[in-house]
Amino acid sequence: MFNRGAIINVRNVGHRAIDSVLRLGYAARFFALTLAHSGTSFRRPRLIVRELYFTGVLSMIIILVSGLFVGMVLGFQGYQTLKTYGSESALGILVALSLVRELGPVVSALLFASRAGSAMTAEIGLMKATEQLSAMEMMAVDPIARVVAPRFWAGVISMPLLAAMFSAMGVYGGYLIGVVVIGVDEGSFWAQMQSAVDFREDIVNGVIKSIVFGIAVTWIALFEGYDAPPTAEGVSGATTRTVVTSSLAILGLDFILTALMFRGI
Amino acid sequence: MAADNLVEISGVSYAYDKRHPVLTGIDMVIPRGQVVAIMGISGSGKTTLLRLIAGWFKPTRGSVRVNGQLIHELDHEGLYRMRRRMGMLFQFGALFTDLSVFDNVAFQIREHTDLPEAMIRDIVMMKLQAVGLRGAHALMPSELSGGMARRVALARATALDPMLIMYDEPFTGLDPISLGVIRNLVKKLNDALGSTSIVVTHDVQEALDIVDYVYYLSEGVMVAHGTPEQMRASKDPLVHQFVWGEADGPVAFQYPSRNFSEELGLV
Repeated sequence: MFNRGAIINVRNVGHRAIDSVLRLGYAARFFALTLAHSGTSFRRPRLIVRELYFTGVLSMIIILVSGLFVGMVLGFQGYQTLKTYGSESALGILVALSLVRELGPVVSALLFASRAGSAMTAEIGLMKATEQLSAMEMMAVDPIARVVAPRFWAGVISMPLLAAMFSAMGVYGGYLIGVVVIGVDEGSFWAQMQSAVDFREDIVNGVIKSIVFGIAVTWIALFEGYDAPPTAEGVSGATTRTVVTSSLAILGLDFILTALMFRGI
Repeated sequence: MAADNLVEISGVSYAYDKRHPVLTGIDMVIPRGQVVAIMGISGSGKTTLLRLIAGWFKPTRGSVRVNGQLIHELDHEGLYRMRRRMGMLFQFGALFTDLSVFDNVAFQIREHTDLPEAMIRDIVMMKLQAVGLRGAHALMPSELSGGMARRVALARATALDPMLIMYDEPFTGLDPISLGVIRNLVKKLNDALGSTSIVVTHDVQEALDIVDYVYYLSEGVMVAHGTPEQMRASKDPLVHQFVWGEADGPVAFQYPSRNFSEELGLV
């Protein structure tokens, strides 16, 4: 015979599984609704521009500073490793490829999730808790079209731009340390980088990655906010979940995309 | 249906889940041009009833007609068309915190009309003048007191001259002066706009002064209705306890619990 505790445990596991599937279904429906109600955003681009400022422009500081430091660290570490094999001149390639293929899209998406994603969740969660979304619905204005869709598109547009800025700043950081501080030959630093970085294979793939991350992070952030219980704990829990879930999603998606893109190399 | 009733509710029941009905067998009519109160203690189903009228929920049984149409059978487009002619004042105003007072009031006009900005300005100023806050048009919601926020929300709810204005607990948490101001505005705006108003409230005395008719809900059932005078004179113990604010009566002061002596271990 099973004892009572075991039965309750099994029941709880079942409950959680059903809840997770239901939530996934809601999230998918929410995503479809967001796309279906995007017309307003494109008819009134000012709605997107306003959100671009909040999600994109205000994230620039953290992205640029982080990019610079990551590039500088790459400069040091790369130089140390390459020196062992006497190929310091390949430092430019190492810095640029690491950034464009991996670190640019991934690190900037992680930063974007914690800077802009959490803000989106908290804002929408609070709008729901203070009945602003209900008020909008009562005024015959669809909150998904008016509040959610512009933020979604702003996120999707700003993510690749931020990743590009991150990579550019990183390359500059690598140059500062490698060429200016350590003294690697400037000509070979830039020339080797130019010849090794392929537009289609490296840059376009990096951009595709950051667009996918942008969609994932913004979708998760908006859904968590829209679905948050309308209480203080509800909103704080949703904000935490946004950062945790989007970080895991970014890393998981990065693995899948990398496997698909670079398997032949 | 009689054309002089804006809202007709017949035999409406509603339950979030089958075991816990929120409303059972509600019948009520709201004649055009009147201010009608739905009263009852917290948790009696008042707000749910208001949301059924707004088409937020679909009744489990029965029908809700607004302006001759079954609101729960309208599609998304039809419901939104109907809501353009409704205004709702939420309990704490629910102003958009990222927009100024002016933009809050202008929100609906901008969303639903193509009026030139100069005309929108005139309408917004008229609405703000009606609630006495024309001078506050440039302030942000965070700079307003609770009473002012509620007045701005009232200006916003009436921006498109709705046929039906719904108030969800409009008097809660206000100081006596703001409360008096809001109370008078409910009546004044209803008459000036030729609208019909539904006030959901548990603030009895404030409401009884301004409404034409009262429906009294208890645990999801309509237990009494009548004019304010009838309610004040009612011998129904439930209504009497509620109207006169008595601590104990049919609605017990104590939450259901086991015997107090048992609790203290005296028996």
